Amino acid sequence: MSTTIDRQWTTRLRKRVEGTLPPEKLLPDTQPAYVASWIYVFGVLTLVAMAEVIGTGVILAIFGPQWWHVSSVGHFINSMHLWGVEIFFFAMIVHLWGKFAMAAWRGGRTLTWVTGAVTFLASILTAFTGYLSQTNFDSQWISTQAKDGINSTGGGAFFNVLNFGQMLMWHIVLMPIVAVALVAFHVILVRIKGVVPPIVENPEVGQ
Amino acid sequence: MSLDWGLGALINLNHPGHYLHWHVIDVSVANLTVMVLMVVAFVAALVLPFPGRKHRKGEEK
Ligand code: HEM
Repeated sequence: MSTTIDRQWTTRLRKRVEGTLPPEKLLPDTQPAYVASWIYVFGVLTLVAMAEVIGTGVILAIFGPQWWHVSSVGHFINSMHLWGVEIFFFAMIVHLWGKFAMAAWRGGRTLTWVTGAVTFLASILTAFTGYLSQTNFDSQWISTQAKDGINSTGGGAFFNVLNFGQMLMWHIVLMPIVAVALVAFHVILVRIKGVVPPIVENPEVGQ
Repeated sequence: MSLDWGLGALINLNHPGHYLHWHVIDVSVANLTVMVLMVVAFVAALVLPFPGRKHRKGEEK
């Protein structure tokens, strides 16, 4: 009887999650001493900026362009959204430099680095479709410049930067889903593997 | 809905960007400023002491 229960997908999934990511690993009480450095703050700062960008983006979506272009509160929220993106990229790049400098892909952390790098690319596409969704002269200029580059790759038939509806939906539906999923995976991988030890202290972790 | 508190921006950004040209390199002052600030933040993160570090010494390795 117990063997049939063991074969249920719910049981197998629970056991797997318990094994790879027990609660004390997901939300640990302490971190190794070397984590007490400002460079480790930039990953979380990127997360916070991302939350701010999603929050202000939701407000922009609720009221729409006629609101964010003309009212002062609309301008303010629009600016919060833009400056949040500035902080997001700023923090993400300092985070990337930090992880590069400590070769944080060591000890089976390849996928952590790769999900980070893919998130970076996805974020660029998110920002790009955002610039195309401004509904102003700036977005017209960017789209008419970008179309030639994208058409030269043959991608324009599928991804048409002059198609406002398509760009807006990539910006507010598809890319946020992709970016949030990637970041969730990235952070879970960090929790599963634990923070990478310093290079000098633990040479055998290398490769 | 006008909430004009008469607060101007710290720097007036309401004009076309200024650009620097150096051989093949072509960069706006705004972008260069952000790049310099990123380098400053990176170096500061490495050299500035992290608060509460003393307590943690020898706690876990
Ligand atoms: C949306 C963008 C990103 C977010 C929200 C994010 C978030 C985080 C967080 C919270 C951590 C753990 C804390 C820390 O070590 O700072 C982390 C670790 C890490 N990140 Fe990112 N990250 C992002 C992008 C990137 C990029 C672009 C790279 C490099 C290509 C990267 C590579 C890594 C690596 C290798 C670790 C593991 C460090 C270790 O094991 O010690 N991340 N990330």
